[in-house]
Amino acid sequence: MSRQAEIAAAVPVMRRERRLSWAWLGVGPFFLFALLFLILPTLDLVIGAFQTPDGSFTLDNLARLNQPTIVSAYLISVQVSIASALLGAAAGFFIAYAVVLGKLPKFLRPFVTTFSGVASQFAGIPLAFAFLATLGPTGLVTAWLDQYLGISLRALGFNILSFWGLTITYLYFQIPLMILILMPALDGLRKEWREAASILGASPWQYWRYVALPVLWPSLLGATILLFANAFGAVATAYALTGSSLNIVPILLYAQIRGDVLHDPHLGYALALGMIVITGLANIGYIWLRQRSERWLK
Amino acid sequence: MGFLDLEGVQKVYGQNTVVQNFNLSIARGEFVSFLGPSGCGKTTTLRMIAGFEVPTAGTIRIDGRDVTDLKPNQRNVGMVFQSYALFPNLTAAENVAFGLRVAGQPREAIRKRVEEMLSIIKLPQLGDRYPYQLSGGQQQRVALARALAVSPAVLLLDEPLSALDAKIRVSLRQEIRSLQRELGITTVYVTHDQEEALSMSDRIVVMSEGRMEQVGTPFDIYNYPATRFVASFVGTLNIMDAKIVDPLSGRLAIDGQEVVSTRGMNGVRAGETRPIALRPEAITIDGGGDDRNRMEGTIEEVAFLGAVVRIRVRFGENAVWLDTFNNPGVAPPARGSKATVSFGRSDLLLLEAEAR
Amino acid sequence: MKSSRFAPWLAIALGAIYFIVPLVATFEFSLRKRRGEYSFDAYAWVFADQRFIESFTYSTVVAIVTIAVGVLLVVPTAYTIRVRLPRLRPVVEFITLMPLVIPAIIIVFGYLRLYNSSSWLPLTSSRRATDLLLVFSYATLALPYMYRAVDTGMRAIDARTLTEAAQSLGASWLTIILRVILPNVRVALLSGAFLTFAIVIGEFTMASLLDRPAFGPYMQNIGANRAYEPSALAVIAFVVTWACMGLIQLFGRGRRFTAIE
Repeated sequence: MSRQAEIAAAVPVMRRERRLSWAWLGVGPFFLFALLFLILPTLDLVIGAFQTPDGSFTLDNLARLNQPTIVSAYLISVQVSIASALLGAAAGFFIAYAVVLGKLPKFLRPFVTTFSGVASQFAGIPLAFAFLATLGPTGLVTAWLDQYLGISLRALGFNILSFWGLTITYLYFQIPLMILILMPALDGLRKEWREAASILGASPWQYWRYVALPVLWPSLLGATILLFANAFGAVATAYALTGSSLNIVPILLYAQIRGDVLHDPHLGYALALGMIVITGLANIGYIWLRQRSERWLK
Repeated sequence: MGFLDLEGVQKVYGQNTVVQNFNLSIARGEFVSFLGPSGCGKTTTLRMIAGFEVPTAGTIRIDGRDVTDLKPNQRNVGMVFQSYALFPNLTAAENVAFGLRVAGQPREAIRKRVEEMLSIIKLPQLGDRYPYQLSGGQQQRVALARALAVSPAVLLLDEPLSALDAKIRVSLRQEIRSLQRELGITTVYVTHDQEEALSMSDRIVVMSEGRMEQVGTPFDIYNYPATRFVASFVGTLNIMDAKIVDPLSGRLAIDGQEVVSTRGMNGVRAGETRPIALRPEAITIDGGGDDRNRMEGTIEEVAFLGAVVRIRVRFGENAVWLDTFNNPGVAPPARGSKATVSFGRSDLLLLEAEAR
Repeated sequence: MKSSRFAPWLAIALGAIYFIVPLVATFEFSLRKRRGEYSFDAYAWVFADQRFIESFTYSTVVAIVTIAVGVLLVVPTAYTIRVRLPRLRPVVEFITLMPLVIPAIIIVFGYLRLYNSSSWLPLTSSRRATDLLLVFSYATLALPYMYRAVDTGMRAIDARTLTEAAQSLGASWLTIILRVILPNVRVALLSGAFLTFAIVIGEFTMASLLDRPAFGPYMQNIGANRAYEPSALAVIAFVVTWACMGLIQLFGRGRRFTAIE
């Protein structure tokens, strides 16, 4: 090859590389940020969970998780998260279905969308206040039920500071989140699929069983996992609702970090690792289920 | 009474009459096309036969049974959609099996039938593919197999080819037609493509604004359009202004050149100007005996379309498109050159005054 | 046909009851401060409280800085991924979804361990540095929403074609981003910004654990110590959130916008 030809061949390559490095400049800060403020802090906790205070390897921190308070905290946390995720998914599905496919007046949809946007972000401290004012001991609904229907929530054993109290409160942001995720997914169900199924002799139920639900499955599954993680990591609502009185993991961890309880950071790391493992398992489960059922996805 | 009967069928949405007074009797095994522009009511009529829309008035009968108020899943009708509408979560074979499966047929019977259907549509080896792994043409064949697998009494096709490439469109329409003949299945085919309707159908229903304009064989529809709409919608039509010279002998003048029409000229007065229609394929360049009309003009445009060369000739105010076959030995005429064209005396079609 | 609409209406009605009753109850409760009659005393108390003004101002400033950081971080990334490095898309999308799955408390706990006063990057050693860390933590929380909003906007305008068109007219990269891309994704950016604001303004966990005087910890403090004022705060917070979402709708005129697709 002549020298000129070599140069000619090299020029586009150089230009290409220079332009690519510019491209990396565009994403570089993002990756650096993600590394510093998302990935490293999380990894560091994981490492901390396997370390003694002086830095040597140990499994002792994890072993210490096996005490009744902590085990029951994990149990209640997982139960509340599963309950609020499943109930939220079901309720969110029905409302999204009603709005998108229920042949209801058109004005309902933007209204439901906006409200869901608000309610899905209306979490944390103010939400707890709202439910205390509603279902708390002196709450409006509590009073109404007692006054007009003679139902005493207290006598029924209901307490806003309990498993069901927390679940009902969490649903206030879980349901709207589900609606927001599912509405586009329901839009994706083509009218022709239903028509094709029905003209092939399928009942509406068979259409849902064999076509619509399998098509929606990835969205439903993904959204439910998201709802689970959402509830599992929620601190503010539970803390403002119950103080430290309800024994769930995020509250336990919060107290641990604040040093309210015996100050033992490495037990804290182990607690955090437990949370990461549980949300991680939920996600692995999601990916596994999805891959098993989604061979038809590109 | 035919196999599929529509009697006085009407569909009204609010103030809007989408289909009015639709009467048609389709014989067993017949292939009928509904042809018309979008919004003419052809798809609505098809959807009423399918059961997706309920007629405002009228009766629909399949094989003597009144199905007007039956749900789609009780009608034993097969349908192919423009967008294929294959279930994305099922393989080609599972799609074909769907109707049999929901009918609760035994597994072995389903397997056999699916195999048979896949080989009929010539895709026996692609049963395990998902819709996204198939081309548009392959998807539409699977959709056809799916509709036919349940042995429906009537097959409905809603613009099944309009999403496909031109080449596949032509080959698939021949395939659909031969399959339909083979199975002898009564078929209604909706299209806005006149070529499709003309080439496939036993009979064509031309529709416009919810009305049936004409029902007839492709030959009749094309050569003897009953209304101006049919004349202009079916085929490319040259429309010119002609001055009537003598209604009795059929003489008229186009841009000063006199021609003769042997078609009737009832109620036309001399000196009046009327639109006339002339099909491109009726016109030839040069040639033609004494019994043909001749006109002198200038070649304005030449479009080489492959087998056909489409030429525009201007006479003055008026101009015509004409089609000639490509001849490798002769180059197409040059733009700007003079030309003599000729056409038969019976090819001139006098239209209503407001036509244009 | 009528009967088939009963179930959808029922779903909407039950949903409406569940979502509206707590709002009514909260508002009613917030009016009960004066014994025997309804009044806005609780609101008067809140608005007169110096700590309310201070913490709300603090959170507002943090939210604005967070939005700026988020925009600077997300726009170049989303743009580069769309136009230049599409093969990195799965990685970037995975990262932007992580904050939805890793609880905030874990992330902030990690900060406390990683950036303590004796670490190589002692971001918790001074107040200003901790403010910055809080901003970064919020930028992390808002990342999924911000990225999705901007990426949807980029897709809607077909950033790649626009870029090529601008390049063919001789525009430089900077010009393209500032003059072509940014104005066209303005609506998406505003959506992301208001959503970020709604998230940041009442956030509790991170502000509390980083010990910053934000609105979230203030509300918690009032909740632990007073009776009617918390309801007034909840109503105020709800109005602020509603205003943010309303503004998103307003700027998104006609376009359907959802936080998560």
